[in-house]
Amino acid sequence: MTDQQPAIRTSHLQMQYGATRVLDDVTVTIGRGEVVALLGPNGAGKTTTIEILEGFRVPSAGEVSVLGETPHTAGEHWRARVGVVLQSWRDHGKWRVGEFLDYLGMYYADYATPEVERPWPTTDLIERVGLGGKTLRRLDRLSGGERRRLDVAVGLLGRPEVLFLDEPTAGFDPQARRDFHELVRSLSDLETTILLTTHDLTEAELLASRILVLAGGTIVADGSPDDLRDRMSATASVRFRRDGRLHTESTEDPVAYLRTVLAEPGEIEDLEVRRASLEEAYLTLVHQVETGAETDPARFGILPDGPGPDDEADDSTESPEREGA
Amino acid sequence: MTTVVRAGLRRAKIELRLQIMSPMVLVALLGPAIMLGILWWLRDSPVMDSALSVGQFLVPAYLAFGIISGGVLGVSGEITTERDDGTLLRAKTVPHAMTGHLIAKFFASIVTTLLPMAVIIIGAAFLVEGVTPTTAWGWIRLLLLSILTIAAMLPLGAVLGSVFKGPIALLWTTMVIYGLCAVSGLFYPVTALPGWLQAIAQIFPVYWLGLGFRSVILPAEAVALEIGESWRTWETFGMLGIWVVIGLVLAPIALRRMSRRQSGSALASARERVLTRGY
Repeated sequence: MTDQQPAIRTSHLQMQYGATRVLDDVTVTIGRGEVVALLGPNGAGKTTTIEILEGFRVPSAGEVSVLGETPHTAGEHWRARVGVVLQSWRDHGKWRVGEFLDYLGMYYADYATPEVERPWPTTDLIERVGLGGKTLRRLDRLSGGERRRLDVAVGLLGRPEVLFLDEPTAGFDPQARRDFHELVRSLSDLETTILLTTHDLTEAELLASRILVLAGGTIVADGSPDDLRDRMSATASVRFRRDGRLHTESTEDPVAYLRTVLAEPGEIEDLEVRRASLEEAYLTLVHQVETGAETDPARFGILPDGPGPDDEADDSTESPEREGA
Repeated sequence: MTTVVRAGLRRAKIELRLQIMSPMVLVALLGPAIMLGILWWLRDSPVMDSALSVGQFLVPAYLAFGIISGGVLGVSGEITTERDDGTLLRAKTVPHAMTGHLIAKFFASIVTTLLPMAVIIIGAAFLVEGVTPTTAWGWIRLLLLSILTIAAMLPLGAVLGSVFKGPIALLWTTMVIYGLCAVSGLFYPVTALPGWLQAIAQIFPVYWLGLGFRSVILPAEAVALEIGESWRTWETFGMLGIWVVIGLVLAPIALRRMSRRQSGSALASARERVLTRGY
């Protein structure tokens, strides 16, 4: 825990399936304890990126290091330091919540240290993820939201140094989504580095202290939500009435514009200066990057997919809770 | 390492409990029950003018068939399901859990394979004459043979389950194995088959499984129905041993290859397939 290596570092990461290039050049460094959202439209390569970091895929080119090791060649000891929460898990349907966590927890017992208790005691963990009272519930009787909470519990069993969450709220109703956001935010005191993928800007803003925007196979923006707002929303719209007539103007320098407007004669009423919202800026950005693709920013979230095998993954998450046993 | 073995045993215990508590256990016992009915019905019909009854002849056939269906088809079916629902991917995300998973599968499969066999051998002892070993040595040989054949079948089941993708491929596997059972002289004397078919059958383990069980269970006169009128005990052990080795070499390779291909998006596309096609 004390080494100075960053939690995650990639350099010129590329992923190619046949003739299709999904990742072009992903270069990013994530420090210990950061909570980072990997944001991008469907088909941008989010799932591919996170699967490379989880060690489930071998990149075509480039370097990748998670906790100082190359994920796809790292051993079980590395595995014990990493927590993974995937989309669309429906395994162990007949098991009960408590016995499931007890069983998986056994594997972490060898990794306990005098400072860190491993596995995380099941009863505490069940409370922590908000499944209190459901210890004896069968897994296939949990709701979609509860199921994902349990997945998070499994991800946390070994008190990992890095936790990956792939589209954790895909298919949730608004209440389940809000509850899940609460849970993720409550994890910030764990000193665990968290990387989550999402195509929902609001979710990224709510949960992460840093947002990486992935589009067209590369990171096109990187910063805190405020940074991104400053950097990406360069334009402001100015609205006012002069002598009863409505004027609107879009400008990069509202102050200079207003100086000239106010210097002119006439009575100014209903003056309004509005920064373009982060969402507008994000959509513009993604639209610019995805040249060639016929994107309609207004329909963001259900953008037509770019090429690449991880499209399927992104698409099929629309309603995981529909899934039965 | 002991942690992994303990976790594997815990898993085997839970899986067995779930299987025994589920309605599927009735289906699993229905097979042996029907088989026992057939045995009783055919207890007096002779096999090919021999002193042997069809009922007698079928007991070792059922035992061999039980091991094949439990070991090969059971295990490959489970692996296919576990790949599609994420059980194996889950095991991959937890340190050493894949090893624990296989340990659990090994022990649980032995129990689930032996249980129906026990039903058959005990039931047959009451219904048909001359189908249980008469000496302690006979029982020991039956036990050793069961262990050897399970050891030969489980890894092959793991290989087939890892290599073939999806339930349709599994259906093909099932049909090929049933076909093998048909040409291996399991359900009627192999000497009634044409010579070239006998030669092919002797390459595959199914024939040797059947021969082994016949040699342990049937009275000595029954050897007249075998190739060369011999039980060929050493050849049986040799051939089954070779298949154990083949299985143990191939299984880790196939499992590792399959496990490497497990990922969230592989799982999602399997899910997609189930949602759109229904299987």
